[in-house]
Amino acid sequence: MAHVAGPAQLSGLQESSRTILDHYQSQVRTRRIYTVVSIVVFLIVLGASLDFANEANSGKFFERLPYFFDFIKSFVPNSPLEIFRAMFDLPSPYADGSIKFDYTSDRVWITDSFYIPNFFYQLAITINIAIVSTILGATGAFLLCFFASTNLVGAGLTRWVVRRIMEILRAFPEIVVAGLLAAILSIGPIAAIIAVSVHTIGALGKLFFEVVENADMKPDEGMRASGASWLERVRFAILPQVLPNFVSYTLLRTEINVRASTIIGAVGGGGIGEVFSLSIGRDHAAKTYAIIILLLVTVICVDQFSAWLRRRLIGKQSFEFGRGAA
Amino acid sequence: MSNLAVNAADRERLLSTYPEVFHRGFLQRWGLAIAAVAVFVYLAFCFSFFNVIPTFVNGNWDRAAIYLQDWYSWRAQPRLRFQNGQVVPQWTSRGQYPDGAAIDWLKPTSNGGYTVIFGSDDRLDVTPSQVDVYIDGKLYPVAIRGDRAILPAGAPARMIQDGNKVNVHFGFAGQAEIRNSQVYVQRRFLGWANFFFDTQSPFWGRSVTSVAGLMLFGERIDPAQSNASLALDNFLNNGSWQHGDILSKLMQTLVMAFVGTLFATIIAFPLAFVAARNITTSRPLNWGMKRFFDFLRSIDMLIWALFFTRAFGPGPLPGIAAIFFTDTGALGKVYSEALENVDDKQREGVKSVGAAPVIVQRYGVVPQVLPIFISQSLYFWESNTRSATAIGAVGAGGIGLKLLESMKTNADWDKVAYMVLLILLVVFVFDNLSNALRSRVMGKKGH
Repeated sequence: MAHVAGPAQLSGLQESSRTILDHYQSQVRTRRIYTVVSIVVFLIVLGASLDFANEANSGKFFERLPYFFDFIKSFVPNSPLEIFRAMFDLPSPYADGSIKFDYTSDRVWITDSFYIPNFFYQLAITINIAIVSTILGATGAFLLCFFASTNLVGAGLTRWVVRRIMEILRAFPEIVVAGLLAAILSIGPIAAIIAVSVHTIGALGKLFFEVVENADMKPDEGMRASGASWLERVRFAILPQVLPNFVSYTLLRTEINVRASTIIGAVGGGGIGEVFSLSIGRDHAAKTYAIIILLLVTVICVDQFSAWLRRRLIGKQSFEFGRGAA
Repeated sequence: MSNLAVNAADRERLLSTYPEVFHRGFLQRWGLAIAAVAVFVYLAFCFSFFNVIPTFVNGNWDRAAIYLQDWYSWRAQPRLRFQNGQVVPQWTSRGQYPDGAAIDWLKPTSNGGYTVIFGSDDRLDVTPSQVDVYIDGKLYPVAIRGDRAILPAGAPARMIQDGNKVNVHFGFAGQAEIRNSQVYVQRRFLGWANFFFDTQSPFWGRSVTSVAGLMLFGERIDPAQSNASLALDNFLNNGSWQHGDILSKLMQTLVMAFVGTLFATIIAFPLAFVAARNITTSRPLNWGMKRFFDFLRSIDMLIWALFFTRAFGPGPLPGIAAIFFTDTGALGKVYSEALENVDDKQREGVKSVGAAPVIVQRYGVVPQVLPIFISQSLYFWESNTRSATAIGAVGAGGIGLKLLESMKTNADWDKVAYMVLLILLVVFVFDNLSNALRSRVMGKKGH
């Protein structure tokens, strides 16, 4: 794909064609210079970043790398079955009185003879945190989004205020909300629910109002012509168009919130995240693998279920592209 | 409304023309109501499962007000101890004032006591035998007898006897706890104390103009360096605010998001070509690569973060690795979907002139998908800038860990507010930056 023609071909060209060719070649040259300069700048930034990261880290990359496999070696369970004993809270043959092999005392007894294994119970807490906060956040976003769309409230003060509120809710670090509430309400799932809900309002609100702004305004015009109020127009002209997309985005958000509530849990919000961060910190290999397997299966199930439901609701239209934004 | 009335024939016609409008299925008619009821029942169940009411009733709501006030104001907390008939102020380690500073709200009196001024009509006159409390200009003497402070008769509701001590509340301005051995004063002021320079700095307590004057024209305070560099050094090493530390931690978080997303992009780019069915024709290879992406994606960022924290120790490296692993999966999936949707004609065109396979991809496929790829990576970069904070809190370091540490002390909420402001600012800047880049790449269309 050579852009530069040889002198032999050049000589056969007319004056006007040669001017065009010269212009073209000079543009290509400028472009190449820009490309090279931006790549060099990029590499310098990257190198500086990496060096900074390595300096700031408590263990240096190349010093720690040989020990990386030592760490993995200490994470081999005594036998593969141990993982399942830890998962279902069954007694371990390696029991030596330490909590590393003590699986049975964590059982959550529902009746005198029936128990739920602890990890399943914690997982249920995490999933419920995610679902509740998605419901609360989606409700908040639903109520706010109509006041942020230009086609319903104009480009005035209302839109500006509501959009800024959403931006702040979206960017406010979840762990700060969770930490503040944990200090007031003591550590537990409620702090996590509120923290994740607050973020969900902002994140879903943005997606919702973009959907509303893209709605077809002809039904709205029809309603307006028949003298409908603002509320009636939103209810009968806008809502039927946007509801499938709203539901679909909410389902996508549920997937993300399952992950978010695990992370908040690790910071002190309870649930499987907290148990996981404890067990990996204490080198409890079997428990760690049990939780990883449970989390993996859960995330895959939730993803598949919500993808299936979304496909049923809005057909083939893919929302994977909006993933980063959500 | 008579002209809108419908006669029987019209009615029949409408009913038969639009049956789907007038005869709706059970689910269509009641689906929304059933869903609403189900959600309500579920929420009610969770309400009791998570013990919402007991948690809220047992919450420390009195402390909540203090924590929230700490976000935008600061407390000076001297203890006025009674020693040998004298009152001696003793400061906490936070030391908002240097030793021997003249404080306009805490003045020694001629009889060895101290006057604490809370407002024009509110003040305390502290002596070892008696504390005179003035509220709205009226005097309420609190006598100290033996091991207890005694609330005077007729005291207002803002003064409370609590066991052996008397608590006085002055609203936002502060409060005092009068005991037999000391008076514990909390005096609150709007703003952040010593935000620019701590008490060790020669610039402490100066006005903006005086600091600027010193920096530009003043004699060198430290002969080794200019006043401006001394001021910068004092600012970054401010003992109570740790600006240098916080800014470097913020930088770590940004580096985590940037490098992690960049590496994920670089690795996901070639792998997506392997995963795309229309480009690599081997089905097992497509399938294997897609499951590999699923695997990377489904293991939570949290798990990767904790895993690499155990391996490399806290810092940006585990954060980078966690973002890199998760996003290689996520970006790989998105990229391969975009590749499967390309227009085949351009590839055919390049292939028909006899180009090598790599050249076919370079000129037949990449120009079509590059805008989508870049736009997706920018989206991920943007959202990673936010999630890197949470990853850091788990143990990967950066501003997240700093936030968590500050929150755990329950005394540094002003610093938390400062970091939150920094994060909001950075997220805002990066959102706009990535939006601007994206609209240039996508040719104004956006997503």
